[in-house]
Amino acid sequence: MTQPSPSFLKAVFAIARKDLAAEFRSRELLSAMLVFSMLVILIFNFALELDVKVRQSVTAGVLWTTFAFAGTLGLNRSMAVEKDRGCMDGLLLAPVDRSAIFFGKAVSNLAFMLLVEAIVVPLYAMLYNETRIFQWEFIGVLLLGSIGYIAVGTLLSAMSVQTRTRDVLLPILLFPVAVPVLLASVKASGGIVAGLPLEEILTPLNLLIVYDVVFLAVSYMVFDFVVEE
Amino acid sequence: MIEVKKLVKRFGLKTILKGVDFNVQPGEFVALLGPNGAGKTTFLRILASLSRPSLGSVKVAGYSLPNESANVRARLGVVSHLPLLYPDLTAEENLQFYARMYGITHHASRVTDVLNMVGLEPRRRDLVRTFSRGMQQRLAIGRAVLHDPEVVLFDEPYTGLDQDASEMLDEVLRSVAAKGRTVVMTSHDLARAEDLATRFDVLSRGVIAASGTRDDFKNSNLLDFYRKALEA
Repeated sequence: MTQPSPSFLKAVFAIARKDLAAEFRSRELLSAMLVFSMLVILIFNFALELDVKVRQSVTAGVLWTTFAFAGTLGLNRSMAVEKDRGCMDGLLLAPVDRSAIFFGKAVSNLAFMLLVEAIVVPLYAMLYNETRIFQWEFIGVLLLGSIGYIAVGTLLSAMSVQTRTRDVLLPILLFPVAVPVLLASVKASGGIVAGLPLEEILTPLNLLIVYDVVFLAVSYMVFDFVVEE
Repeated sequence: MIEVKKLVKRFGLKTILKGVDFNVQPGEFVALLGPNGAGKTTFLRILASLSRPSLGSVKVAGYSLPNESANVRARLGVVSHLPLLYPDLTAEENLQFYARMYGITHHASRVTDVLNMVGLEPRRRDLVRTFSRGMQQRLAIGRAVLHDPEVVLFDEPYTGLDQDASEMLDEVLRSVAAKGRTVVMTSHDLARAEDLATRFDVLSRGVIAASGTRDDFKNSNLLDFYRKALEA
């Protein structure tokens, strides 16, 4: 007896739920991302010894540099878990549109990145005495930037994980492609910290939204070809 | 149940499969034999829709590959030498996850049935990373038949198993075949293949070099049949 195929959304949430359950049990990925992020924030804190004015101008850059590097760690590990034990084949054998695998992995990767951000941002505020990052607009930019970074990162990690040099290859592939989303995120969140009115940060905000939509759509269309032999 | 005509698979300039013709009737248990590098795994990956054929036609359960691959995957179970299981999930969680991916409704009872079938019900709440290789392979078979597929492909299922685990796997394979499923298994273990399969095909130099049932070599043995096929 053959079962009916699962709906697209059910498959997406099954994959995300599986990743979260496995991670909250092993804590390999989250602990690595968190420790790395905290070390970067601490190093910046001691290395820059910033006064109040300069601090305001580098806040967004320091935070997004930290999130980008920590995100790369998570993206690499998340896809390597699937590849190393052949589990990617297990996912590909499911009778569901293969882009559901992309969205499932992207949802779990995004959850890990947002969790790291939720811990790192208050830590940064404490170390740098910077409370202007606790604004809804800033959190909105964090969300938009993270979605774009994770969308392109999940797609590229599915490509790089199939090579022997995957650990090195992912950042080499990812950072050039992620430059627009990182620059727009830094500009938008920097503007919010500087207290600029919303109209003045509309351009980077629009760029972020367009980037997110474009890369989610491209990933939806090409993921099947990326994972197939 | 499986119809393959003039299948060619190329990786770059290298041609692995050079026009394979292969047919399997419903309920047959076919052992696909051949030396290392003959293309057995490549062939099974094409049947499983994990790889696209370069040329030729492939039909599984009446559906063409690669165009109707989702329909094929819904009717197919695959066991490879890798378990395709998540070590940080329990046996039950692994099967529940795959049950969701296959759209199995009321999967709790199905998961329990499958765990009983592979003899892992007492270990259902243990993490897969604590399982021996043999237990992982039994659970992998449970994963492959969870959605009650019409066709099951086994790619070297005995790799890395000790004698006891291999014997236990024999029993599980027999129970899988006894339910009338069509089975294709690649193996280097001729004795086990002879014991389990009803038909034997030898893949050599990219083509099916010989195909026969037990009746075809009743006066000799499978090893002679295999050697002659390789020498032909």
